[in-house]
Amino acid sequence: MTHNHIQETDEKTFLGLWLYIMSDCLLFATLFVTYAVLHQGTAGGATSKELFRLPFVLIETMLLLTSSFTSGLAMLKQNITRKSHLLGWFFVTFVLGASFVGMELHEFADLVREGHSWRESAFLSGFFTLVGTHGLHVTIGLIWMAVFMFQTWKMGMTPMVMRKLTCLRLFWHFLDVVWIFIFTFVYLMGVLT
Amino acid sequence: MSDDLHVAGTLKTYFGGFLACVVLTLASYICVDKNLFSTNLLMGIIVALALIQTVVQLVLFLHLGKEGTPHWNLTTFLFAAIIIVAIVLGSLWIMYHLNYRMMPSMDMQEVHKIQSEGL
Repeated sequence: MTHNHIQETDEKTFLGLWLYIMSDCLLFATLFVTYAVLHQGTAGGATSKELFRLPFVLIETMLLLTSSFTSGLAMLKQNITRKSHLLGWFFVTFVLGASFVGMELHEFADLVREGHSWRESAFLSGFFTLVGTHGLHVTIGLIWMAVFMFQTWKMGMTPMVMRKLTCLRLFWHFLDVVWIFIFTFVYLMGVLT
Repeated sequence: MSDDLHVAGTLKTYFGGFLACVVLTLASYICVDKNLFSTNLLMGIIVALALIQTVVQLVLFLHLGKEGTPHWNLTTFLFAAIIIVAIVLGSLWIMYHLNYRMMPSMDMQEVHKIQSEGL
């Protein structure tokens, strides 16, 4: 493939990925507004104020934010040409992302163990659906990352591999943008009202 | 250069963006945790901080608005933003009025109770 061909394919791919991200935003918007509408519907059960532990959520937030940052570091000009740097930063990203998912699963397990599962109230159904959908996205991103790290290691930095890694990086940044809203509208506001 | 499409930006912009996001996150966390202002003011502050952080990440991490013409990314972003605002504000507005028009002091639990007891 010539240089122009590669660039053309890249541009089309990135636009396609962007359109996917935008439609995913619409999905999250509907889940957010569902949660907002159901937030007061606790059916006599626990309220968000009683359940949410902010320090725990702050650590989760910082883990995901840092992983978003390190995924960017992997693709800086000085790292993009060196396989060890590229893979190293993606490995850090992977570990941070996996820790985030681990903390979230721990939080969910605690809630369910204490009897506050999605069955308790409309509020908790909305909460588990919204935060769980985000967690599922992160988990899929992690699987995606593991596969591409293996491909990069095997095939080197071919145009095809670089295109995939850039898609992954943009997807990963997008997941952190969604988390800003979960942190603010679900957790911080959940403690206020 | 096709490489430019892959490069994430410079270390400076990335680090600046990261630092700004950490500060914004901590600021909203501390405001709520220490209960620094009245509830309504706090709501406004944390929403504003979240929107600022969103813009920071969109521009510095997702490179929105830095593409060449035609601006397809920006156009589709604005379109999605309009739809999102319509979905969110429309739903909240309708559901607020639905609650408002229900009989006072009758929440859904009581409605179920009345229905199940056949009153």
